[in-house]
Amino acid sequence: MGRHVLLIEDEANISEAIRFLLTREGWNVDTHADGSDAVELIRAARPDLVILDVMLPGKSGMDILRELRESDGLRDLPVLMLTARGQSRDREMAEKAGVSRFMTKPFSNAEVLTAVRDLHAQASRP
Amino acid sequence: MPRDTLTGSRIRERRGIKGVRQADLARQVGISPSYLNLIEHNRRRIGGKLLVDIAEVLGVEPQMLTEGAEAALIATLREAAAGAGVAITETDRAEELAGRFPGWAEALAWSHRRIASLERTVETLSDRLTHDPRLAASLHEVLSTAAAIRSTASILAETGELEPEWRDRFHRNLNEDSVRLADSSKALVNYLDENEAGEEHRGAPQEEVEAFMMANGHHFPALEAGSATPEEIVATAPELTGRAAREVTRAVLDQYAADAAAMPLAAFGREVQSVGVDPLALASAFDVDLPAVFRRVAALPEDVLPGEVGLVVCDASGSILFRKAVTGFALPRYGEACPLWPLFTALNRPLVPIRRRVSQQGRTAVEFDCLAVAWPDGQPGFERDPLYRSIMLILPVRPGDGDGAVLVQPVGSTCRVCPRTGCGARREPSILSDGL
Repeated sequence: MGRHVLLIEDEANISEAIRFLLTREGWNVDTHADGSDAVELIRAARPDLVILDVMLPGKSGMDILRELRESDGLRDLPVLMLTARGQSRDREMAEKAGVSRFMTKPFSNAEVLTAVRDLHAQASRP
Repeated sequence: MPRDTLTGSRIRERRGIKGVRQADLARQVGISPSYLNLIEHNRRRIGGKLLVDIAEVLGVEPQMLTEGAEAALIATLREAAAGAGVAITETDRAEELAGRFPGWAEALAWSHRRIASLERTVETLSDRLTHDPRLAASLHEVLSTAAAIRSTASILAETGELEPEWRDRFHRNLNEDSVRLADSSKALVNYLDENEAGEEHRGAPQEEVEAFMMANGHHFPALEAGSATPEEIVATAPELTGRAAREVTRAVLDQYAADAAAMPLAAFGREVQSVGVDPLALASAFDVDLPAVFRRVAALPEDVLPGEVGLVVCDASGSILFRKAVTGFALPRYGEACPLWPLFTALNRPLVPIRRRVSQQGRTAVEFDCLAVAWPDGQPGFERDPLYRSIMLILPVRPGDGDGAVLVQPVGSTCRVCPRTGCGARREPSILSDGL
């Protein structure tokens, strides 16, 4: 079974571009555009990595992250957070909530790929 | 002769250097040439807004007029050193620096003033980004679309062999996103233009109210004389474009009219001349409560007051409802003020008058006497909790008035631009230092 990433992002064209990039890197990519049931979806899918937008309909990425970090078995799940709000306050909030990596839009494809590779490598280390 | 009795002479000297005629300076600051002549010959004391206005026209700091060039320079150097955390032994040598290297000292003082000015700009822009949901949503839309375009364009440019189906899809996405970006950018520019024009879309009604009050110097002769009603004044005010701003202003002017009726201007002015700005004595003389006296003092014309005064009113949530700025005491634009202000201390002890001498670190060395009291707004009921408001009068401590025995409490403006470290009241890190 290949590496699995769950991409939770409500901008369809961003999702499509990231899905394309990661698929070519050998990842199985599932996408989801709603925050309200994201935690249940992650719990059920058990992906190797989550890419999470901050501003989502239904529930914010920040709240989703906090719930993940309070859930058994998901505390160490690598989470790459994407946001259009690059203010230091958001970064600090995300770091407090336990984000693995924080990236502001607009980002480059190389940045996303590097972050995903790094996070996966860190999580795979014994 | 004490330093501040020569303020008039310094004004005259500075006016001569600038080549400004006495009559022209008088006209620009709204006083008669004969009155300015009395000031310039040190036969009338000057302070408050008039001093600030004259200093502005002459292109100098007010302190330079009241204390002379060197004193103003030394004060600015000490302030710069305090802000930068220079050891006290070095700070004490500011006078020596100004004397031995006046050029360098001026350059340092200029940089410090420039930083303070930029701090205020950053504060305004940062607050606007944080508190203006329309602006935040608009920027989010632009940045998200830019992210989609950047990713898609990179894929098209950097991926050698792309399947026709994917290529067509990405071209279509690029086209859609470029249209979205054009629309969202246009909407953002329109929004900013509307704000620049100062029409309907100001950040909050309080801003329009404040602009209106400032334009009138917080004083309304027509209400004092009873020759106009609050409704008539609001109806003819071009600054008040929004319905919410008109309603808030109407409530402020209704209160103003009630205060003016309870404390007529002539009698109140006489009492202030007699007892000074002593709120308890004034409340007793007119049989009114302290909040009414605070409001009335802040509404007095400049020729009645001995100097500038500021006023802030908040509700029980701490939200600022009204503010009258005073030079040297920075008030945050959208609330989120420093919780160390006596205004908020008073909320914890309703009906108990609070007096604290404070100084805002990082801006000026000016001290202020802040008098505050919280009171129940409206009639409480048996099953209805009272709603408290708090009011704070801000009185600058004039040079020479300071009492060395009074403890000066350091306070800030708002956490974002406050450099104080180790402050237990801090809510968030400062953009100026790692204060959390």
